[in-house]
Amino acid sequence: MSHRTLIPVGPYHPLQEEAEFFQLHVEGETVVDMDVRISYNHRGIEKLCESKTFDQVPFVVERVCGICSASHPLAYVQAVETIVGEPVPERALYLRTIVNELERIHSHMLWLGLAGHFIGYNTVFMWAWRYREPVLDLLELITGSRINYANCKVGGVRADADLDSEQLAATVKAMDELQGPMEMLTNAVLDDPVLHARLKGVGVLTKEDARRYGCAGPTSRGSGVPYDVREHDTYAAYDRLDWKTIVRDEGDVFAKTVVRCLEILESIKMIRQAAKEIPGGPIDAEYREIPEGEACGHVEAPRGETFHYVRSIGNNYPYRHKIRAPSYVNVPSFKATCIGQPISDVCITLAAVDPCYSCTERMAAVRDVRSGKKTLNFHDLIHLSQEKTRSLMRDPSTALGALSLSKGFKG
Amino acid sequence: MSESELAGELTSNLGEKVLELKQPSPNNIFVTIRPEDITEVVKVVWDGMQSRFAIVTGMDVPGAIEVLYHFVFDEKHTVVTLKTSVDKPFPEIESITPIIPGAEWIEREVHDLLGVKFRNHPRLERLILADDWPEGVYPLRKEYIPKDPNE
Repeated sequence: MSHRTLIPVGPYHPLQEEAEFFQLHVEGETVVDMDVRISYNHRGIEKLCESKTFDQVPFVVERVCGICSASHPLAYVQAVETIVGEPVPERALYLRTIVNELERIHSHMLWLGLAGHFIGYNTVFMWAWRYREPVLDLLELITGSRINYANCKVGGVRADADLDSEQLAATVKAMDELQGPMEMLTNAVLDDPVLHARLKGVGVLTKEDARRYGCAGPTSRGSGVPYDVREHDTYAAYDRLDWKTIVRDEGDVFAKTVVRCLEILESIKMIRQAAKEIPGGPIDAEYREIPEGEACGHVEAPRGETFHYVRSIGNNYPYRHKIRAPSYVNVPSFKATCIGQPISDVCITLAAVDPCYSCTERMAAVRDVRSGKKTLNFHDLIHLSQEKTRSLMRDPSTALGALSLSKGFKG
Repeated sequence: MSESELAGELTSNLGEKVLELKQPSPNNIFVTIRPEDITEVVKVVWDGMQSRFAIVTGMDVPGAIEVLYHFVFDEKHTVVTLKTSVDKPFPEIESITPIIPGAEWIEREVHDLLGVKFRNHPRLERLILADDWPEGVYPLRKEYIPKDPNE
């Protein structure tokens, strides 16, 4: 019988760098089982929200995640607005759409850059992050802040997020400028032999598993699940805009990459159209009180559906506020995607669902269970992944190797 | 608010298992059921009617813990919530993880934070609370008052 090794990864995640603990059961190079432990940083936000007024909660929930800081408040306010049952002004709906789509662009670009870095392909990292920067500037121009926009409120958007024609013109101009580079980047990714060699057929999530684990967003749309909350329970101004849901059937890491790239292009289109067609008028419905009731609100965040449930008992505070972030349903699918993979592919497979953590580099250690000796750390894991790309490029028997060697690649 | 086609389908598929059905807004349906019917109802709603499992919410109400199971019907643009409540002091309900693997974490979370025991859960261990958190203290129950860090 082969020798089975336990490889603890974490509690610091090897990629997105917040506390999470994976235990890989490995035979030789292949992962045969895995275990996940989460909640090293549980902040009790649901409990905290019970002691905040309906108007304060958006400021709390946008801190669930620094990147999804437009999606969480929107899901919450939509639940509350459903309880109230009065319409929100058109102009506010367009403004919400613009901010949420800008968020999607910057989040997908952040992921694309990191994914490139972790397979040892830093060109993608440099490109993606360079073009992400103007998007953050635009968010600052519109909301006053690069992250935690404090833009969404129950009944509309905040007054200081109101746009004059100059800001709208700047938005359209920035989108025009982003279009070309994004098309170039997307085409480069779709044709790139390195990315094909490293991402195709890796970490496959089947359509059936995506359903069993309840996966959301690009993770499930890369596996042929055709659902997008923006289309299937439409909100804000998405039903007035011209766009389409991106779906891929393959289920591998490459399919998820393609879905994200094409979604960025769709978002650019949507923002440009919304900024041109935004109607005038008030931006806040100015609700006086929140009646008794309960409702669910969901929004398509960059990583997938974020789901909020709110119950009101007729006073100033939510009686219960449940938050489900998309990573909560995407992360458990690792069990389906990592088993049977070599260790060097686990890194990118774990990254493929874009798990939602804040970004500070930490460490991971790998120990041999028999000797207890430390054998691998965080940098080694990334190194393993990067080394695999280089070794593929050196091997003339692979398509990638033949191509690289013919172009004079020396390794 | 008038009831939609989906509400009609739920009523006919679930029959007398529906204690009450409410549709306060077009895209929210709340179906109250008995806790002992949960696995059968979930089989019908998730497997039979091909909905997408979203999440479970546990909620402390006087005398009981309410457990809400949210399912999204993407094609019908509607969220269906199955509502049931289990009595304190020993709330217990059958686990749905054997049917939907994606429910494993959330059932462990509700067990941690509200003390609901899920029968036949494959692995009802701690997920959210730290290993040294005292037994029998459920932070999401209303009687639990968090310590003020400034005191």
